[in-house]
Amino acid sequence: MGGTFFFLYFPIVSLIAFSFNDSKRNITWQGFTLRYYEKAFENSQLHDAFLNSLTVAGVSTTVSTIFGTMLGLSLYRFRFPAQGPFEGMVHLPIVIPEICMAVAMVAFFFTVEMPLGLTTITVSHIAFSIPFVAVVIRARMAGFEQSLEEASYDLGANQWQTFWNVTFPYMKPGMVAGALLAFTLSLDDFVITFFTSGPGSTTFPIKIYSMVRFSVTPEVNAASTVLIVLTLALTAVALVIQSRSQRKIDHG
Amino acid sequence: MVDNTIISIRDVVKRFGSSVLAVNNVSLDIKQGEFFALLGPSGCGKTTLLRILAGFETPSEGQVLIDGDDMERVEPNKRPVNMVFQSYAVFPHMTVRQNVAYGLRVVGTPKPEIDQRVQESLSLVQLEELADRKPDELSGGQRQRVALARALVKHPKVLLLDEPLSALDAKLREQMQIELVHLQQTVGITFVIVTHDQNEALSMADRVAVMNGGNVLQVASPTELYEYPNCRFVADFIGKMNLFDGQVVGVKEGQVVVRADAITAHIGDISVPFGDEARGKVGIAIRPEKVKLDGEEPKDMPIRVRAKVVEVVYYGNESHVFLQSTSGAKITANIKNTSRNTHAGIVKGDQLWVSWCPQDTLVLTS
Ligand SMILES: Nc1ncnc2c1ncn2[C@@H]1O[C@H](COP(=O)(O)OP(=O)(O)OP(=O)(O)O)[C@@H](O)[C@H]1O
Ligand SMILES: [Mg+2]
Repeated sequence: MGGTFFFLYFPIVSLIAFSFNDSKRNITWQGFTLRYYEKAFENSQLHDAFLNSLTVAGVSTTVSTIFGTMLGLSLYRFRFPAQGPFEGMVHLPIVIPEICMAVAMVAFFFTVEMPLGLTTITVSHIAFSIPFVAVVIRARMAGFEQSLEEASYDLGANQWQTFWNVTFPYMKPGMVAGALLAFTLSLDDFVITFFTSGPGSTTFPIKIYSMVRFSVTPEVNAASTVLIVLTLALTAVALVIQSRSQRKIDHG
Repeated sequence: MVDNTIISIRDVVKRFGSSVLAVNNVSLDIKQGEFFALLGPSGCGKTTLLRILAGFETPSEGQVLIDGDDMERVEPNKRPVNMVFQSYAVFPHMTVRQNVAYGLRVVGTPKPEIDQRVQESLSLVQLEELADRKPDELSGGQRQRVALARALVKHPKVLLLDEPLSALDAKLREQMQIELVHLQQTVGITFVIVTHDQNEALSMADRVAVMNGGNVLQVASPTELYEYPNCRFVADFIGKMNLFDGQVVGVKEGQVVVRADAITAHIGDISVPFGDEARGKVGIAIRPEKVKLDGEEPKDMPIRVRAKVVEVVYYGNESHVFLQSTSGAKITANIKNTSRNTHAGIVKGDQLWVSWCPQDTLVLTS
């Protein structure tokens, strides 16, 4: 037990610890400093990469949340022949090895003659985020009481009013959770991004990778720590939102 | 059509897929201002019929008229009826007030009118104090009041209620039965209530339709239903009934002469008042509370059976005595415990005479 824990967290803890190490090398502890954080923040390439990452994550999250929600909602709402296989297909991109997804995306962009760059990265991120959002929405809607919509029609509302006044408020926490998931996935993604990026479209994880290839400096540690903290924070927010809305369902 | 008919159901059939026949050729007229109950066992098609009235199901065949208008292709949001759902379906993210205002807001009612009508509706169900609470801060009974207020604020021509009391505990249910009847009398709106609880139907409704297997078997007032059920199913479903197989052996001016071996062994064929035609096999029925028990043979009673007490069950206000006649028929007698001398000193194993009047006897032809 303890061993497993150590094995799991030692590398991460030491990564974070050594980001504060006052030494050019990552070998021995020389004293506490924030110097490498400053350095990382002043590194304009790292800066650009971070902005790229935020742009890609922002756009892909917005688009994939909209489409993923529509997909999840229609999976919940419509009963059609071959529904089982179709639902399976929605899950497929989640289980397919990422490297295969990456190769498939590159091949696709090649066929449609789309030059690799931020656009192709964004499109790929949208593609792999949609299923995640759809699954979150589908799960959320499983707890929805259908008679609420009927009550709304019964009281004189049309379909549009019913959706915005009744269905959407229920779905919202699921959408937020799905969006946060899509955002973290996009921010952290390496494999697919690596394959679909072109010149001048370096994202944060890719930049870190290229820095590591020179040498593992505390600056890399600092950059990685920032990414860890960001990801953890987003995940925590998603979990809180989900558990809060879950509590509401359990009560209601 | 008579002008005070508010709902007219004509030859309505509802099939789900090719195998499920949920409603089988039902025709019913419900009168303006009536408290009407659809009563039947689980799965008999009550909810389906109610949902057809609300517009959530389309009849496979037949026609529904509400206040004279054909409801074919009229969407649920355009019908002059409102529904109280079994689960109440109160919007969880809205306050009580917002819930009640919803049906007016979505159709663009002016704000002052909304406020006034919501207030009226809330006071009708005594919810003014809780108006700003969210549904998860309410009890089951209070949530049901919200559902009622939310439907009544629309001033519907008919209020449809699907098992509105089934989620409440026994005490509250009894209280709500009384309140619902009061409410209906106050607002004067036609109520159509679905229930599988015969006591609920009998105590609340002006008229009851008894359903089984998608068919409406009898539509009648509670007393008529109880005293003059038209078939074995209704006789057995409403209250308790002693039922015996019999054979019509003759007819004479308003009476049928019946031979029922289980009960007529000692006295021979019995004559029972019966208006309609009857021949062949019939059911002979008598309510347990209309049966008398005696130690001595009651020679003045035309129908009397010798029987042995098998079991006595005590219910406080009354006791149920289970007997078996010498020819093997099972008979139940309910006796009121009008004094502390509990169930008249009857104990298991007693040999008694069971008797009842011919005019209390029912002849069931189907
Ligand atoms: N959407 C549907 N699809 C298929 N069958 C249905 C559907 N709705 C109802 N049924 C069937 O129709 C029959 C009548 O159902 P209904 O819900 O009207 O019964 P009910 O009298 O309300 O019963 P309960 O007292 O259990 O609510 C049942 O056999 C039911 O299984
Ligand atoms: Mg039902």
